[in-house]
Amino acid sequence: MVAMTYSIPSMLVFLTSAILVVVGAIGVISFRNPVHSALSLIVTLFGVAVAFIAQSADFLAAMQIIVYAGAIVVLIIFVIMFLGVDRKEDTSVEPFVGQRPFALAGVTITIAGIIYLMASSHFTTGAMSVSSGGAQLATGQANVHQLGTSIFTTYLFSFEATAALLMIAVIGAVVLARRENAQVATEGDVE
Amino acid sequence: MNVPASWYLILAAVLFGIGLFGLLTRRSALTMFMCLELLLNAVNLTFVTFARTLSDIGGQVNVFFVMVVAAAEVTVGLGIVVTIFRNRSSTSVDGLTELQG
Amino acid sequence: MAHLATLLLILPLVGFIAILINGTSWNEKVIGYVATGAVSLSFVASVIVFFQLTSSNSREVTVNLFSWISVGSLKVPAALLVDPLSITMCLFVTGISALIHLYSTAYMHGEKDYRKFFLYLNLFVFSMLVLVLANNLVLTFVGWEGVGVCSYWLVSFYFDRETAASAGKKAFIYNRVGDLGLLIAMFLIFSHEHTLTYVGVFMGANVLSPTIALLIVLALLLAAAGKSAQIPLFNWLPDAMEGPTPVSALIHAATMVTAGVYLLVRMSPVLALSTTGRDVIAVIGGLTAFSAATIATSQKDIKKVLAFSTVSQIGYMVLAVGVGAYSAAIFLMISHAFFKALLFLGSGSVIHALNGEQELRRMGGLQKYLPLTFPTFLIGWLTISGIPPFAGFWSKGDVLNSVYSHNKLLWVLGLGTAVLTAYYMTRLFVLTFRGSERFREATNGLDPHESPWVMTMPLVVLAGLSVLGGIINLPWIHQGSLAGFLSSTFGYVAPSAALSSVTQWGLGLVDFVAALLGLVAAFSIWKDKSSDSRFEKEFLEKVWHWDSAYDTVIGRPLTRSAQFAGSFIEPKIIDGAVNGVGRVVKNSGEGASKIQSGFLRHYALAMILSISVIVIYLVSRVG
Repeated sequence: MVAMTYSIPSMLVFLTSAILVVVGAIGVISFRNPVHSALSLIVTLFGVAVAFIAQSADFLAAMQIIVYAGAIVVLIIFVIMFLGVDRKEDTSVEPFVGQRPFALAGVTITIAGIIYLMASSHFTTGAMSVSSGGAQLATGQANVHQLGTSIFTTYLFSFEATAALLMIAVIGAVVLARRENAQVATEGDVE
Repeated sequence: MNVPASWYLILAAVLFGIGLFGLLTRRSALTMFMCLELLLNAVNLTFVTFARTLSDIGGQVNVFFVMVVAAAEVTVGLGIVVTIFRNRSSTSVDGLTELQG
Repeated sequence: MAHLATLLLILPLVGFIAILINGTSWNEKVIGYVATGAVSLSFVASVIVFFQLTSSNSREVTVNLFSWISVGSLKVPAALLVDPLSITMCLFVTGISALIHLYSTAYMHGEKDYRKFFLYLNLFVFSMLVLVLANNLVLTFVGWEGVGVCSYWLVSFYFDRETAASAGKKAFIYNRVGDLGLLIAMFLIFSHEHTLTYVGVFMGANVLSPTIALLIVLALLLAAAGKSAQIPLFNWLPDAMEGPTPVSALIHAATMVTAGVYLLVRMSPVLALSTTGRDVIAVIGGLTAFSAATIATSQKDIKKVLAFSTVSQIGYMVLAVGVGAYSAAIFLMISHAFFKALLFLGSGSVIHALNGEQELRRMGGLQKYLPLTFPTFLIGWLTISGIPPFAGFWSKGDVLNSVYSHNKLLWVLGLGTAVLTAYYMTRLFVLTFRGSERFREATNGLDPHESPWVMTMPLVVLAGLSVLGGIINLPWIHQGSLAGFLSSTFGYVAPSAALSSVTQWGLGLVDFVAALLGLVAAFSIWKDKSSDSRFEKEFLEKVWHWDSAYDTVIGRPLTRSAQFAGSFIEPKIIDGAVNGVGRVVKNSGEGASKIQSGFLRHYALAMILSISVIVIYLVSRVG
């Protein structure tokens, strides 16, 4: 068996993250209640965080939990509650003819193709393992230190740009969600 | 020896596929958002795997930026969803057919 | 000589441009001086060139103006060919034009479009000179078209009169049909000989097979028929009398209508290649001469009689060309120019005296009121009737002699035409000048007055030329005659030179008797009445119903097919096709727009399916 050439702990970690990810993903797309889907999403995100740690991306794993699971999913649940759509939707009938089969076919072909393409190129031989090539990442400076150095030196411009992007997003969200009535009210007050 | 990177890549691909299928099949806008998050996570996983494989911290920096952008995107996207679906009873995207014809 | 030849050509154009630019600020006198002066100077130049040519060694001189067309093997220079034929044409064209310009200054006095008249007249003289002096077919064609368009303008000079406007259109359209003939001839010649200059065409004429030569000759005949008003394209000339009388005199008697004959004479080496072609030309000429003469006997308008007389006389010229007597044709052309212009200008003088009256029934007895018009008109009448020793006798005799030695049947036709010519001209003369005075109504009871000297002076000059004109080609003088002068241009000896002098005198006597016959008959019938239904047959008056035949056979079917095209083909087929394309585009667009269903998930599915196609393609490439 091929598995014997790999260490047990790494395989166990992989298995854990794989199960969490796949189960959660299937849960997201299957549950009819959006709140249940959101909770499945959290499971997936945890699985991905585990995978991150296995790949020596500690800071990212932490960020994943804090930002994704902690902020984004909360935001989604917030909006679900706000709009009041936290009841079951009817997913048994698909109004578009052939949407599901075609989607399945398209997705399967795409993913299978991508995997095949990955397999036929030299990136996925796995020759570079953590011990050899990944030495820098694993045994060098701490992950946060490395990440921080490169963000604030090599990728400084992108960093500043994302800062601007965040601000624009916030302003945009505020403008979008504003109610028109408020404007009318203030005009009445002035007169 | 650690588990080879190709397994994680396949895992990411499968996650991507599941998220894609969900995006095409579900009708509720919010569920579609969550499937989008699945897609983004699959991409993040791929980046991190390659960062390990190629010993380049740039992969992880990219994940950092993807997360930031995802956050911004969710913010604005949910704002739009709120604006559109404020006056409707369901969040089904099948009701948004103004661009027809 | 080259400079003078260019000057001779350019002067009328200069006159045209001068009047065009300044004419609105000049008064009538200045316009008249400029126009007449330009053409007179052109005449002086042509006289000088004539003497230079006779005294020089070479008999033809090419004057290159500029290189006009040079595309591949088609090389058409803008060049002049000064040889005996062209200088002869130039002499009488410019001479008679100068006289008619002088005449018109008084005839058109008081007209509001005085300037326009002289503009067109000068442009016409320029175009005619281009036609005559050109050394290649294309430049001739330019002049050909130029005279056609000037004729159109001048015939419809009184354009607010509907008859005048449609007469101009008719003239132009008939001319156009003839132009097709000239174009076809040019195409045929170029495709076989690859050159269009006269010298080149004549030198290489041997390559033309008999059929091609026949086709070319027939095409040239069509062109000549259109321009010179022969069968089947002569109907425009009588209608063209709607133009002012000087126009009729210049264009439709002396110059433009001779252009067709000039073309045939110029292309004589090509004509020499096809006896069938020449026979066709001769028959057409003879038939036209005869039938036009019969029609002229029954016309009631003075100018229409003269118009049909022109058709008939040109028929004679074409007949002469057909039998190969080119110098006889040119001789008749020159003398015809003299006496026909004289007759037209004389009739103009009569019309002017009677305040515009043109019907023969309302003239008569003008002999004692028009002391200068009457004798000059008398001379013109005697000349055209063929009474010796006036020019008409010699020129018509020359033609008839040549026809006699070629084909007796055509000679009889020609002789019959001569009788009729004398008859109808005498009828015209008697009804206009002798007999009872029927014109009192036209002149409101007043006596008619003679025209001013500016109008009668040209009449006197032309009368003198008609009297003396026979000198240029008397049959017993060979050295200094017209035929001798022109013989270097035509490589062909006139057949009449082969007749013995006894036969020539005999034929001359026959011509004289024929003329007297017509004269006496007319005098006896018409001396004391103004209309006689026995001799004015409606069939003849209506031009043998030729016009209505054209209308039925050509005019009405064409109109009907045009209406059919306009009501059916245009809206249903052409518009249908164009609109159909639009409709197809619109419908396919509407069909294609259904792809835009508005459903987000449709779009997403489409994207995924497209991506899967790309992935399949990439996978196949790896394999």
